[in-house]
Amino acid sequence: MELNFGPQHPSTHGVLRLVLKVDGEKILEAKPDVGYLHRGTEKLFETETYPMGIPHTDRMDYVAAATNNHAYCLTIEKLLGLEIPRRAQLIRVILDELQRLSSHLVWLGTSGIDLGAVTPFWYAFREREQILDFFEEYCGARLTLNCMRIGGLPFDLTPGWVERLAEFVDDLPARIDDYEQLLTDNRIWKNRTVGIGVISAQECVEWGLTGPVLRGSGVEWDLRRAQPYECYEELDFAIPTRTNGDTYDRYVVRVQEMRQSVRILKQCLALLEPGEIRGKVPRVIKPIAEEVYASIESPKGELGFYCVSNGTNRPYRMHCRPPSFINLQVLPRLAKGHLISDLVALIGTIDIVLGEVDR
Amino acid sequence: MKVLTPTVLTYVKIVLLVAIVPAIVGFVIVLAERRLMGFMQVRLGPNRVGPQGVLQGLADLLKLVTKEDITPARAERAVHFLAPVLTVVPALTALGLIPFGPAVRVGRITTPLWVTDVNVGLLFLIGITSIGVYGIILGGWASNNKYALLGGLRSAAQLVSYEVPMGLALVSVLLMSRSLSLVEIVQRQQRIHLWFVFPGLLAFFLYLVAGVAETNRNPFDLPEAESELVSGFNTEYSGVKFAFFFLGEYTAMIIISCVATAVFFGGWLRPFPSVAKFQFLDVIPPGIWFVGKTAVFLFCYIWARSTFPRYRFDQLMALGWRWMIPLALANIVIVAAAILSTPGRTNGLFVLAWIYGGLFVVCFALARLRRSLARRDRLASVPQGAEESA
Repeated sequence: MELNFGPQHPSTHGVLRLVLKVDGEKILEAKPDVGYLHRGTEKLFETETYPMGIPHTDRMDYVAAATNNHAYCLTIEKLLGLEIPRRAQLIRVILDELQRLSSHLVWLGTSGIDLGAVTPFWYAFREREQILDFFEEYCGARLTLNCMRIGGLPFDLTPGWVERLAEFVDDLPARIDDYEQLLTDNRIWKNRTVGIGVISAQECVEWGLTGPVLRGSGVEWDLRRAQPYECYEELDFAIPTRTNGDTYDRYVVRVQEMRQSVRILKQCLALLEPGEIRGKVPRVIKPIAEEVYASIESPKGELGFYCVSNGTNRPYRMHCRPPSFINLQVLPRLAKGHLISDLVALIGTIDIVLGEVDR
Repeated sequence: MKVLTPTVLTYVKIVLLVAIVPAIVGFVIVLAERRLMGFMQVRLGPNRVGPQGVLQGLADLLKLVTKEDITPARAERAVHFLAPVLTVVPALTALGLIPFGPAVRVGRITTPLWVTDVNVGLLFLIGITSIGVYGIILGGWASNNKYALLGGLRSAAQLVSYEVPMGLALVSVLLMSRSLSLVEIVQRQQRIHLWFVFPGLLAFFLYLVAGVAETNRNPFDLPEAESELVSGFNTEYSGVKFAFFFLGEYTAMIIISCVATAVFFGGWLRPFPSVAKFQFLDVIPPGIWFVGKTAVFLFCYIWARSTFPRYRFDQLMALGWRWMIPLALANIVIVAAAILSTPGRTNGLFVLAWIYGGLFVVCFALARLRRSLARRDRLASVPQGAEESA
């Protein structure tokens, strides 16, 4: 039987369409059909000046706008050879890690719902709301943040922001314990995730998978450590890995990453000192003709931009390496032979955002 | 008063049941479920319609009744229509057998709080509730929708499999009660001074789990499976027909809970029915005891729904066939042995109650221990930073 799974389906996390060939509930073949959310973002970059590109990145991985902004700005900064003031670096790391937390919380909640556990969703979203409040206070937006600029940041932190964040961050580990209480050792949760969608480290590398999917298979690769940007070098954090490469391990890796993000946030907040928030940025950004690639560890994996400049104030070509899109490739391979119920778990476990897949 | 002959009285009771129970379902349980789940999920739940949202049920009902009733193109029209009826009617019929309480006096009329006491009550109950399963299977099949079909197929296997452990669990109770009549089962619990839940602890757990599976509720809501099959068998139902499915599901829940109350928890009896010291508990009338106990089970349904993830289909079948049926069979043998060990008396049952109770406590403690050990190992595997290791 052929079954259309999506684009309107509660568990495809957006507008992903999967064409399934099923025998009963067993999946013989799964073919993803992407592009329902294609907006031609990469082409749009070419038509606008460099700073005007930043808001477009908000709309790619729309649950993690800050990291998108960051990757874009980092690329242009590399192109221009700009130095970022230390305070700006720290605030960027804070925003990144908050974004990682909020993105992982969205993932945790939705993949819980996919497997029928509704309550973790509300807990996760309660904390996510608070994170969004912090973003809102910082830059006025909750999702499409547009919170970074080439060479630094648009605004300094508002008074009291740091103290409130410190309070929130102190509270978080207990909240994460709450989610784990509901899921981690739950017999049904384990039944549904252990051994589902197993992928070996070798295969992960061959498919070009990054992020928690890669680390769940036992490869200790995190761009924050492997190619440190901003001030990640000075920060003390662990890279959680697991060895089985199944849905459960990816779940554990993400939850532990949340705990590590809390650690990073605490350190950053302690290191914050008054200072400049923007480097010496030319009034008109007109880089020389060159090609650069810069990437960061977004919540979903390696998010990079490849920029070709031709000496004008607009990029000649801007390409994005979206972790969601590249991780999504592996879905047919993972889904084959599993049941429809598992497919739902698998879409959840590779943590895709269709805005980023389709761009 | 001559008008109210026993026959007429029975009809009155039937009408009350058919009219009142849907009302209870619509208003109290759905509202309670939504508000309780709201409470458990740090949100409010419906609180706009009427004070504290008490009229929400009415609003929902109005909406469903006035909604367009769609039959999909190329659906089996007759079956599509019949399916919701098939889920509701048996469920409401079964309510007639539930003994809500002993005889009550209203004015000059004395009448027991049940419609009828059939001497094969329990058997009839299992039989008639099984018919409700057809509604779901046929509804899924007749909708001409692949998701609905998958939901129907799932329910066919699931509901049929779980009838077996449920029936077997009740068999062990029959051994203790020596009667199929629900009224007699309750009265026997009074006579032997023991609720059947204690010697039948295992049977009770099996019954509870199978009951949840029978009513398609979380964590066994596979035929619906919102996130997988987009509501499964009822995908193509709207308006009144959908309301019927809804009503059928909730009535089935009530029946499962009522039977659990009657069979395992002494029905309308107060706790310690034969201990004089607890006489003061009689302040609460028997009917209220029954409703209260049933409400506890309904609460468990809601509690489970907001706590557990959903089982996968094959795991569900494995649980049913590999664990619950063998356990239920073993339980029958154990209960029979306990009864035979002290012929003519009930000491064996008391011993069994203590054994089961002890086992339960030990298992519970072990599970807690295992859980906390697992958590410690997990946190130790990755450095957490000194400040938050607590």
